[in-house]
Amino acid sequence: MATLQSKSAASHTSRWFLAMAAGFLLAGVAHGQTKNSCLECHSILTDNLGVTEEKFSQDIHAQKGLTCASCHGGDATSDDPEVAMGKKAGFKGKITRAQIPQLCGSCHSDPAVMRKYNPSLRTDQLSQYHTSIHGKRLATGDTKVAVCVDCHSVHDIRPPNDPRSTVYPLNVPATCSRCHSDAERMKAYKIPTNQFAEYKKSVHHQALTVRGDLSAPTCVTCHGNHGATPPGSSSVAAVCSTCHVFQAQLFDSSPHKSAFASAGLPGCVTCHSNHGIQHPTDAMIGTDDKSVCGQCHTEGDPGFVAANSIREHLAQLAAAIDRSDQILSKAERSGMEVSQARLDLVQTRDTLTKARVTIHSVNVARVQQDIQPGLVAADKNYEAGKDALKERNYRRYGLGLSLIAIALVITGLRMYLKQIESGQDSQTT
Amino acid sequence: MGFFRKLHDWLDDRFGWNELLAPLRKKTVPVHRLSHWYFLGGITLFLFVIQVLTGILLLLYYRPGANEAFESVQYIMTRVKFGWLIRSIHSWSANLMVFTAFAHMFSVAFLKSYRKPRELTWLSGMILLFLVLGFGFSGYLLPWNTLAFFATKVGTEITGQVPIVGRPLMIFLRGGEEVTGATLTRFFGFHVAVLPGLATLLIGLHILLVQRFGISVPPKLEAEWLTKPAALREMKFFPNFALRELMAWYVALGVLGALAAIFPWDLGVKADPFVSAPAGIKPEWYFLFMFQTLKVIPSKVFFMDGEVLGVLAFGVAGAVWLLLPFIDTGRARRWVNALAVVALAYIIGMTIYGHFAK
Repeated sequence: MATLQSKSAASHTSRWFLAMAAGFLLAGVAHGQTKNSCLECHSILTDNLGVTEEKFSQDIHAQKGLTCASCHGGDATSDDPEVAMGKKAGFKGKITRAQIPQLCGSCHSDPAVMRKYNPSLRTDQLSQYHTSIHGKRLATGDTKVAVCVDCHSVHDIRPPNDPRSTVYPLNVPATCSRCHSDAERMKAYKIPTNQFAEYKKSVHHQALTVRGDLSAPTCVTCHGNHGATPPGSSSVAAVCSTCHVFQAQLFDSSPHKSAFASAGLPGCVTCHSNHGIQHPTDAMIGTDDKSVCGQCHTEGDPGFVAANSIREHLAQLAAAIDRSDQILSKAERSGMEVSQARLDLVQTRDTLTKARVTIHSVNVARVQQDIQPGLVAADKNYEAGKDALKERNYRRYGLGLSLIAIALVITGLRMYLKQIESGQDSQTT
Repeated sequence: MGFFRKLHDWLDDRFGWNELLAPLRKKTVPVHRLSHWYFLGGITLFLFVIQVLTGILLLLYYRPGANEAFESVQYIMTRVKFGWLIRSIHSWSANLMVFTAFAHMFSVAFLKSYRKPRELTWLSGMILLFLVLGFGFSGYLLPWNTLAFFATKVGTEITGQVPIVGRPLMIFLRGGEEVTGATLTRFFGFHVAVLPGLATLLIGLHILLVQRFGISVPPKLEAEWLTKPAALREMKFFPNFALRELMAWYVALGVLGALAAIFPWDLGVKADPFVSAPAGIKPEWYFLFMFQTLKVIPSKVFFMDGEVLGVLAFGVAGAVWLLLPFIDTGRARRWVNALAVVALAYIIGMTIYGHFAK
């Protein structure tokens, strides 16, 4: 019995030791995997050297297993500051602004390294940066220009498709404006600082923020991101044409192409402006005060005549569509089913849109070619509305006649009832 | 001898026409200050006949199926001669029929016409009312427009809340987990075959029972006439009441025609199962009081799911209402009228609230 008891006690003790040993082993392994001694001190620092564990855990690099030492050097596993930040451990300390692109590029420009983390990520950011105005100025020693961390942030860098990222499409304009709207900072470069204010009024900003269209242009769409540079007057049309393909093709075939080039005027921007692009209206074409044609053309020149003619054609089709829309709305309000005519009217509107694109050719005959079928279609839509109203009136006449007939039958029945009931009364009396 | 007299004699020779019509000739209808309520049943029957006739005409062009239903109704509304009128009358008549059926039911409840021996007449009438609601629910989906699609989705979802049988019932109604073209063909089958068959049988039974037991007189008046038989007033069913009923039918026809011509029934936009439901989606007005009730019940009431509780409460209320003739006895009698008033006020109040609620 005693032997049994002592055996049992021994096995209990040995199990306890085994469990303890396994616990220490596991804790050791876990410690080795996650140890980042840098944060132990830097998370309690409140100045520029402070990086909280919470902040760093949001960083894509931390999530991929990189530590502070990956960029700053040193030994993140050592608790001894002398060892952790010692020269022996390759500690680099603070990375200067001038060193940042090269440091980021040491991994991001190396396809072999990047393949391990994200094989689809491009590796030309650094070479593009060198061609950018930022990169060129940095090379001349201007460390005030944007480097990687100014746009991507630091210690909490998120992937661009994360809505909290500073380079997520919705956040890009604000990120660029942090420097470009700072008048003090931009003073030395003698460039305007109203781009963001203008952009916020633009049709592109509206598409981005109101419609939530993440493909809508932001600063980087036109200026590039890593290779950011102001587009020259010759390349503006190339920038716009990446989206506005037909307008660009028509402009290239127009007499404006060579005229603008010889006058040193940028293609699209001359009429549409740049950052504050508004939704174009028909009022832009023509020769009155609101038009843009009148800025160059004067009365009597062929361009002046063409502008007026194009404006008239557009106005004619717009009015015809408006007339059809009104009559169809009236028919709809009367309860008529005009969905087919409505669908046809949408197609008619498309012809107007096409004509509005064709005006970039500034060719009256070509615009007329688009307008003409539109006018025919608008007339058909109007006729459909007229027919619907005619049908509505026909129904109402029909209803009136039916109601009269019903009233007559009811009166007849009432009279007949009176007659038979008076007969029944006389029979009972 | 005129043609009709000859025809009458010919039929009488062969079928004993006079003998067949004898009970109708003897039949009388009580005359008192509430006797105009007697017309409601007849008007509901008239609207049902209109439904059958216009429904048959619609069947000539309607095509059930998610890819064709909307287009076929659009074709009826725009291309078929008088198609718009037939479809609008069918839709308006359906709504008026639900209204007159409800009004008929409440008039019967308030006049206590369900008293012995008419319990079965009440029961058959109540089942007919449920069938009418079934007609409304199944017919609403047939044009396959957005509102109908999502209203059916919500409606069948509510059915799914019924404990135990709810989910299998929902899957049976939908023809699967979701509202799809399979639901449409299923609803079409219910709407044009199952429900009309059942309704025709029950209408036949209902009318037979009305003929068998005659027309009820409100209890107070009945007692008064028993003590003073000289005060009893009645009119012949044929032709006096029948002609008056005919006049009421003509009025209903005029109202229907006016509604159809001035406010043709809207077709809406074709259903797209892949878009989200439009904001503030609501069922047809006759389901609104139930829908609104389920909306205002908190999501959890004690340990029960609010929606399940609501569905169960409506089930119990419906069962109590169905068994009204058997409850309206002895001491409970005085509560029944109050119950009917509360039920009517609740339905009207919740329908108005539901209409204006966002």
